[in-house]
Amino acid sequence: MSQPGRQQHDVIVVGAGHNGLVAACYLARAGLDVLVVERNDYIGGAAVSRNLFEDYTYSNCSYVCSLLRPEIMRALELPKHGLQIIPYDAGCTMMRGGGHLALYDNHDALRREISRHSPRDAEAYDRYSRDVMRQCKFIRPLLLREPPDPTSFKPRDIRELLYLGARFHNMGEQRMYDTLRFWTMSAADFLDEYFESEIVKAHFAGSSIIGTALGPRSPGSAYVLLHHYMGDIDETVGAWGFARGGMGSVTAALTSSLRSSGGDVRVSAPVNRVVVRGGRAVGVELESGEQLSARVVISNMDVKRTFLNCVEPEHLPEEFLTAVQRFKIRGSSGKLNIALGGLPTFPAIPAGCPALRGDMHITDTLEMMERAYDDWKDGRWSRAPYVDMLIPSQIDPTMAADGKHYMSVFVQYCPYELADGPWTDDKRQAFGNTVIDAIAEHSPDFKSLIRHAEIRTPWDIEREVGLTEGNIFQGELTMDQLLFNRPVPGYAQYRTPVRNLYLSGSSTHPGGGVMGAPGANCARRVIADFGRASA
Amino acid sequence: MTADAGYPTPPHFRKPLIDTPFHDRARALSQNDQFVAWAGYSTVDVFTTVEQEYFAIRNAATLYDLTPMVKYRVAGRDAERYINRLVTRDIRKLKVGRVSYVVWCNDEGHIIDDGTVFRLSETDYRICTAERQLDWFLDSAIGFDVAVEEITASVAALSLQGPTSAYVLKKFGLSGIESLKPFEFRIFEAEGRSLMVSRTGFTGDLGYELWMAPQHATAVWDDLMQAGRSRGIRAIGSQALNLARIEAGFLMPNVDFISAEHTVRMHRERTPLELGLAWLVDFDKPHFNGRRALQKQKAAGLQRMLVGLDIDGNKPAHNALLYANPTDETECGFVTSAMWSPTCKRNIALAILDTPHFEMGRRVHADIYLHRELVWERRMVTATVVERPFFAPERRRLTPPADR
Amino acid sequence: MNRAWDTIIVGAGHNGLVCAQMLASAGQSVLVLEAGAEVGGFAAPREFAPGFRASIAAQYLHQFSDALLRSLQLERHGLRFAATGLATTVLASGRHVRIAGDHVDGVSAEEATRWQQLDTRLARFAKFMATVQSTMAPRLGSSDFQDRWTLLKMGLRLRLLGRREMREFLRIAGMNVYDLATDELEDPLLQAALGMDAILGSNFGPRAPGTVLTLLTRRAGEATTTGGYRLPIGGLGAFAQALASAATAAGATVRTDAPVAGIVIENDEVRGVDLANGERLSAARVVSSVDPRQTFLSLLGTEHLDTGFVRRVDHFRHRGITAKWHLALDALPTFTGLPSAQLGDRLVVAPSLNYLETAYNASKYGEVSVLPALEISIPTVHDRTLAPAGGHVLTAIVNYAAYDAKDDLGTAREKLEANALAVLESVAPGIRSLIRSSELLLPMDLERICRVTGGHWHHGDLAFDQYLMVRPFPGAAQYQTPIRGLYLCGAGSHPGGGLTGLPGRLAAEQIQRTAP
Repeated sequence: MSQPGRQQHDVIVVGAGHNGLVAACYLARAGLDVLVVERNDYIGGAAVSRNLFEDYTYSNCSYVCSLLRPEIMRALELPKHGLQIIPYDAGCTMMRGGGHLALYDNHDALRREISRHSPRDAEAYDRYSRDVMRQCKFIRPLLLREPPDPTSFKPRDIRELLYLGARFHNMGEQRMYDTLRFWTMSAADFLDEYFESEIVKAHFAGSSIIGTALGPRSPGSAYVLLHHYMGDIDETVGAWGFARGGMGSVTAALTSSLRSSGGDVRVSAPVNRVVVRGGRAVGVELESGEQLSARVVISNMDVKRTFLNCVEPEHLPEEFLTAVQRFKIRGSSGKLNIALGGLPTFPAIPAGCPALRGDMHITDTLEMMERAYDDWKDGRWSRAPYVDMLIPSQIDPTMAADGKHYMSVFVQYCPYELADGPWTDDKRQAFGNTVIDAIAEHSPDFKSLIRHAEIRTPWDIEREVGLTEGNIFQGELTMDQLLFNRPVPGYAQYRTPVRNLYLSGSSTHPGGGVMGAPGANCARRVIADFGRASA
Repeated sequence: MTADAGYPTPPHFRKPLIDTPFHDRARALSQNDQFVAWAGYSTVDVFTTVEQEYFAIRNAATLYDLTPMVKYRVAGRDAERYINRLVTRDIRKLKVGRVSYVVWCNDEGHIIDDGTVFRLSETDYRICTAERQLDWFLDSAIGFDVAVEEITASVAALSLQGPTSAYVLKKFGLSGIESLKPFEFRIFEAEGRSLMVSRTGFTGDLGYELWMAPQHATAVWDDLMQAGRSRGIRAIGSQALNLARIEAGFLMPNVDFISAEHTVRMHRERTPLELGLAWLVDFDKPHFNGRRALQKQKAAGLQRMLVGLDIDGNKPAHNALLYANPTDETECGFVTSAMWSPTCKRNIALAILDTPHFEMGRRVHADIYLHRELVWERRMVTATVVERPFFAPERRRLTPPADR
Repeated sequence: MNRAWDTIIVGAGHNGLVCAQMLASAGQSVLVLEAGAEVGGFAAPREFAPGFRASIAAQYLHQFSDALLRSLQLERHGLRFAATGLATTVLASGRHVRIAGDHVDGVSAEEATRWQQLDTRLARFAKFMATVQSTMAPRLGSSDFQDRWTLLKMGLRLRLLGRREMREFLRIAGMNVYDLATDELEDPLLQAALGMDAILGSNFGPRAPGTVLTLLTRRAGEATTTGGYRLPIGGLGAFAQALASAATAAGATVRTDAPVAGIVIENDEVRGVDLANGERLSAARVVSSVDPRQTFLSLLGTEHLDTGFVRRVDHFRHRGITAKWHLALDALPTFTGLPSAQLGDRLVVAPSLNYLETAYNASKYGEVSVLPALEISIPTVHDRTLAPAGGHVLTAIVNYAAYDAKDDLGTAREKLEANALAVLESVAPGIRSLIRSSELLLPMDLERICRVTGGHWHHGDLAFDQYLMVRPFPGAAQYQTPIRGLYLCGAGSHPGGGLTGLPGRLAAEQIQRTAP
């Protein structure tokens, strides 16, 4: 059991983000003495509820609970510890010129809605859902498994490879081809195989670019689309929605669960380095100089921050270090958190339409999204950005006082480094204004309702949250950085070249989003190894 | 730029289902307000009681709102070639003025849907289906000079079924209707309204289907009800119709099979051969979708097949698993539709059985669960593979039909 | 109908001719039908100005394997080279870098070493890829021994690279060339050279994942020959002629000006072809080197195919985005800072990866590049037969030009020509005054002239989702089609375009394996 002031622990987890907490919870439940150390004075990493202006609550990084594995929620008893997910039932994409496409849960309403744009697409949607569902069904069980090393002859790797091979093979010839294509094609090409209407394609393409430095035409982006879909289609109802009380309630529930199993979190404890002795991690040194020792250190930081900042290079093989340096973590998203004095109106959308209570997007064609990406490539924020807005206070009464509203605005694309020199306050404001103007184009009263706006560029997110380049996935979800390549070929199984040092963050398989799978997988690996070490 | 033209009132997010042109009449007669969704429309499930409605089908005349049936117009120079490539039957043999029951398959020979094809002219067809098919129909049109258009909303439809239905139509004013043969249709012009009548139906009994412009719908309904009053006409809902169709051995999509376009899991698709519809598959005609796959399946033999079952006892075998051997409970199939047939006095079912259990006369065991006063009881009873249909009265084919 | 021919091959592109030679050598009676007046397809000769000759699209012979060259005895059939092993010189205004295999001049010693290391590694991967490219793509989930054996062999060969190299291969194969080049190299010209090889002929910019695959497929072709970049005497048209001659010598008949109107089907089997002139020719099998879309939708007709298959045909991506430029010059041009001895090199104008990426952006939106990238060849430096006395030919591949241009064809052509000329002038000032005649062929033009849908080099994008067992699409990926007796042998099939002859060769092998 962890006691205050004690310097010796079984496990120290660096970073109280959701994956670190998930890993800590599993380990504490396995009877280990676990301490999570967190740099900030608050818990949660990128899954936080912050009170930055009056009595508004901001989910100021991640803003929707779509992927958190139900297995984890259940195993860690998160509902008992206060986590409540409230689904929302619609969403929409608004076009310049006043048109919109809404998405409804009700199949008939949805069909009629898509029919307004294309009757054919309304029906192709069923085929689209079927095919995406087939891919989800294939991938979902892989999320909570360690990816095998294809170059290894170890029985475990071979067994796992055979399992994967058999799963793949069982799909039958045609679906194997479909899968092969799906994993490698671009979202634009994938959507072209179903839809004719630009707005329909643009709506669905949205999730293929959120958080990634890919455009909808980049090969591999179809998979990213799925990455966001996974929670949506889960047969367990209520997997996709708002966390009541903001995203911080996910990490608050995890913290509570952790403490109930005897673990603890220490905030305002920035780690200076992982202490390595004889090729073995033996603890961490805080910036204060204080040393905490442990038999196992788990870094929940991304792979670059872990090995380029917190582990001395002499403990690492050169090849590994090069691979870490080359791991692609690219800042491509910005975020605005806005306190509103009232509910803004969006005249394009009829009054009472549930779409206003769901995720609202601004974009109208794939071309517009692709051009937004071109801007990012050129080192500037998108002049016509892809915007993903939510006003959770309409559904979750805890987010703002009655009549007032909190709006979360996710923006794609915004670069970490600008072509014309470093970020400044003025540039940040200009970026914010670009986004606010884009929203105001669809909502005439929006600007007048703004009471406070927090504008966060990738650079800000990196500085505050500690995510390299402010990347929400702790690493691009491209073919060269998935499965056994994530984060480094040969080190995809949560272990690192430093013995007893593990990774639990989204840099590892299966990647980012508030999913918890990397943390759970890491914990399983530690329990397996640790059991062997103590034997 | 797509404007928000065509936004419906009330908006579809408030009222997702559409009323059919018969909605007011149906609501007036519906005693229990039991409406259900069908292909985006709201239709009646039960008007009064299922029993009363069912017996009206077998004894008198019934009106059933068929409007939600999805209708397509297929027209153009290549219409015949197009449909012939689409469906498994030889559509070249379909004469103008006749209707054909067809199925269509995907490349693997798995059924996408069934429906009826009406040949309106040499180059003009109508296809009626249970589910929307535009995605498949349009992709199938690549390379053909043909236009495919959904016309569901512009055609209201009623099904008039039962032994007195011919009489009702005569009294309604359709002179010459008695010469209409099964699977024929004819267009009647009267009082400025055009009415297409086909001798088709889903009950296995004497019956007709009437196709009209929506603006004439209520007048036709009223006149038919008036004409049929002395012959016991009544409006029926989907539940009663479902009983009649099981007796007739007809398949219901999403009950007895699921469209191959909608299956997520593996091995849930069915081929026409597996559904006992081999008679619909014409290998002698030119290429059609799924032909090569079906030929292979035919050569290799079937792994499973849909058959009729005659089940001991009188407890309907809803959703029952079927066992080859009741003691070790080796599953060999499952029931898709089941009922106690009041007309045949038999406990009947449609079921999918694995090879070799689908052979005629073979016995399997049905595992029937009964909910009796909040207690679940289980019965293991013998079931025998039998011929379909279970009910096929002479009157359904008789031309001219009897008046009563 | 009596079977006049064992095999009719539609299209006398180089793949069709390779296939014809091989089948004829195996004793089949083979007829090759070419719609145009010349054989060769994209390699066909074109007199673009009086006395000035080039090939329609191809510029070099650099992927045609030595083994195939020998087995077809092309030298016996007249193939001679004016130049082999040409170096690549990458130009920006005022600077150039010269690459000859793993050796590079014009960069720092450290950079040269980095290039050498990268080139060695890519060469190793290319060798592996060459075995993949020259094998028929296996079917997945098939119980066929051949398919399983091929898959197993591929896995073993990959493992034989060694654990470290296998890991690296599995990592970079899915990557984009932009990341690979910037990870491994520092010199923007060298990076661009690598980028150029990855994107030539493909519908990609260097940042697109999958561009290392396209790079490796190109390198794989080059790994099969020791000749490097080669120029046949008389141009690539002479190469096509030699192929035709080899095919004829093996017993095949090649008929030009014989456009095929349709493939004749009876009882789900091929019976022959109908010519546009109404003539019907019967054959036991028809092999199409025409692109898949035309083969299935125009020549065959969808009524013989299943809808799902037609869907896949319809989704096959084949928008060409590469233009070809032919200049008749009055004299040899001068490139700033470039020794005249290097004028005969393969000249690449692409100053950086970002330059390539920006050039690519335009093509996504139906526009032409403002600053296009160029791959230039001045074949008359090596071969005087291609131009009248004193004159010179300069040809260039110009990236990018959208197939579905927003402008009308004439305007798009004018714009790109002006842009390309501005770029050319920036590295070769004064060249404008030497131009006697200029012809720019956009993808639309190439489509018309070569009868290839989309005017695409590869008959369809070379990308992961159109590669190996899903090329061109499932159901037609092993050169066979759903119709008995109908085969594919063109660039739309594995392993894709480029003058490799591989689709033709692999198709011939598959036909011999499966046909009676």
